[in-house]
Amino acid sequence: MSKKQVILAAHFPGVNNTTVWSDPESGSQIAFDSFTRFAQTAERGRFDFFFLAEGLRLREQRGRIHDLDVVGRPDALTLLAGLAAVTDHLGLTGTVNATFNEPYELARKLATLDHLTEGRVGWNVVTSSDAFTGENFRRGGYLDRADRYSRAAEVLQTARELWDSWAAGRDAPDEFVHSGQHIDIRGRVTVPKGPQGHPLIIQAGDSDPGREFAAKDADAIFSRHGTLEAGKAFYADVKGRMAKYGRRPEELKILPASTFVLGDTDADARERAHHIRRQQVSPQTAILLLEQLWNKDLSDHDPDGPLPAFDPVPEADSIIKGRTRLYDDPIEKAREWRALAQEKGLGIRDLIIEVTGRQNFVGTPSAIAQALDEHVQADAADGFILVPHIVPGGLDEFVDRVVPLLQERGVLRTEYTTSTLREHLGLVKR
Amino acid sequence: MTRHLHLAVALDGAGWHPAARSPEVLRPGYWRDLVRTAERGLLDFVTFEDTLGPPVAGPPGRLDALLVAARVAPATSRIGLVPVVTVTHTEPFHVSTELATLDHISNGRAGWQVRVSGRPAEAAQFGHRVFPDLDPAHLDDESARFVAELFAEAADHVEVVRRLWDSWEDDAVIRDVATGRFVDREKLHYVDFAGRFFSVKGPSIVPRPPQGQPVVTALAHDQLPLEFAAGSADVVYVTDPSIVEGVRPAKVFLDLVVSFDGAAFDSDAHVFTGTPEELVELLLDEREAGIDGFRLRPAVLPDDLATVVERVVPLLQERGAFRTAYAESTLRERLGLPVAVNRYAGASA
Repeated sequence: MSKKQVILAAHFPGVNNTTVWSDPESGSQIAFDSFTRFAQTAERGRFDFFFLAEGLRLREQRGRIHDLDVVGRPDALTLLAGLAAVTDHLGLTGTVNATFNEPYELARKLATLDHLTEGRVGWNVVTSSDAFTGENFRRGGYLDRADRYSRAAEVLQTARELWDSWAAGRDAPDEFVHSGQHIDIRGRVTVPKGPQGHPLIIQAGDSDPGREFAAKDADAIFSRHGTLEAGKAFYADVKGRMAKYGRRPEELKILPASTFVLGDTDADARERAHHIRRQQVSPQTAILLLEQLWNKDLSDHDPDGPLPAFDPVPEADSIIKGRTRLYDDPIEKAREWRALAQEKGLGIRDLIIEVTGRQNFVGTPSAIAQALDEHVQADAADGFILVPHIVPGGLDEFVDRVVPLLQERGVLRTEYTTSTLREHLGLVKR
Repeated sequence: MTRHLHLAVALDGAGWHPAARSPEVLRPGYWRDLVRTAERGLLDFVTFEDTLGPPVAGPPGRLDALLVAARVAPATSRIGLVPVVTVTHTEPFHVSTELATLDHISNGRAGWQVRVSGRPAEAAQFGHRVFPDLDPAHLDDESARFVAELFAEAADHVEVVRRLWDSWEDDAVIRDVATGRFVDREKLHYVDFAGRFFSVKGPSIVPRPPQGQPVVTALAHDQLPLEFAAGSADVVYVTDPSIVEGVRPAKVFLDLVVSFDGAAFDSDAHVFTGTPEELVELLLDEREAGIDGFRLRPAVLPDDLATVVERVVPLLQERGAFRTAYAESTLRERLGLPVAVNRYAGASA
């Protein structure tokens, strides 16, 4: 029996401190050339798809626009249409918010893209309920938190009805009528069903309703569980939920977001990893990340000095806007951080570097190829969404040095043999 | 020295003849080849027709115009790309970021044809408002008020889109390692629009487009849309040149359907049937009368477009009335529009 293949996606680095902009190698975050170069590198590495995140309001902290990380990015679907012109095989996926988009318009754009990419488009369905983002939109922040997933599920269901309302080969569409809790629309679509039938559907939420939504209706999950043990637990949990919806486990692909740092030796890789961590956490960023736990202005603290002696104030109005809260129990978490800082003699910046690290795979190319393969064979993942730390060359080394080893191991294609994104992932047309 | 005229084509499906149809309209290569043909003819720009719902006449299939323009952009290098985007049910924030992105992808060749929708069927596709059935030929007072409101909303929509384009100053990204700052937030601006139809906070998520302000265009058949275009757009397409007496938008283009094989049909614009030589005489006469440019709507694609490029353009060049090479790199520059000064530059955040 042949081995499970490793699915690979390339995440264009986004607007958080994973992305290093201060490095001399760091290029434009908005010029189309950056996206072209990045996507073409992924295609050279025979990746399954390109992935782009979305944000609909610039983040704020302490009531001001956050200025320490990359700010600004293109509209996702428009960019994917452009990338279709400079790639031939690579899947093209983007995040689009189900709360602040109208299902008719969204379904029409995605159906259009399925034609314009000749079957390579995917949609990462995310939801948002905050009034902060809603201030940029006609209907504002009109969702209760509890309605987020019911709205997302209904938007996706409606989109599927619209896509199905003009079957391939028919001269004209049927009329659609959708009347539900959030959406009440009728009419006719203008775009016949695309080459994939329905685009690839990706889901990224980690909550219980998020997992349920994915088990019921998604083709892939953008997961946050990158370690072997956490990955196996998540994999088993989500795939275990599928049977009640009449789905088989292989119909949903689990893809943890993962970072990598390569080196000629283990020690070399660890040293590069540390250098990258220091770039990702500048002194100013260290204070800002600390404030996200303390929920308090800490700008008078020395980044190289000790952690605050007082406890976080989670009950106060959140000082960070445009991003979900990161910690369930801030007071307990602060105690952990203080203990760790004391034990290892760390100041604020070094502590933040230690506790907010997201480096999953650090090592030689052969060690990383082996680890990726093992994660997949052990059912901790079906593949990975790789998040390089730099634009546009952050994938080059991986493609040059790790991809050939994965191909030697027989877990990554050497040429594209399928044409649509769904086919790349071994999923049927729908 | 004769003043050059501007020449654009309007692409719609398989052409503007109601019987024109082709399964090719769903293929990206079809659009790429059409726009490359237009670019070979050194045309100023192409527009991509669109409606949110099925067209009233002709075949029902139609792709989203803005995405078609984005798909074509990397496959072309000089020609302007002007999709129709409806303002009536759409979000100004999304429309602004989509067009800004098209301008980034095309390195400053993006434009926008603003479309207002009063069709009840399109309102029902969004489900938030119910629109009345109107007979445009016989508007009573209530209907006239409804239409005026649609255009008032459209004007607000364009205003928000334009403010969002300016909400980043050109030099907002500083990458200052010493202070750890990627942007200078004094150069990012809330647009703080609060109107009767919607409120939008800003700033945009997309850095300022290369043109600053992509070119805004609109089609006007009569006075109300003309007043809207004069206030909101840089270029107006008219089907009747006499309506621009009095109200004068920045640039006036005459819309003409062109059908070189001589088959006439009904359209909202004048349908020219005749030879390329006769068309050139018509264009030169209208230019003398004060028209800045022309948007030709080919009746059948690609045939009538090919005739424009292979016959009409060389004749205009012989008469010294059309460029023989592209000079300017952005669409604004090509149309002779002024540099777009940022309304927020110099103001504090």
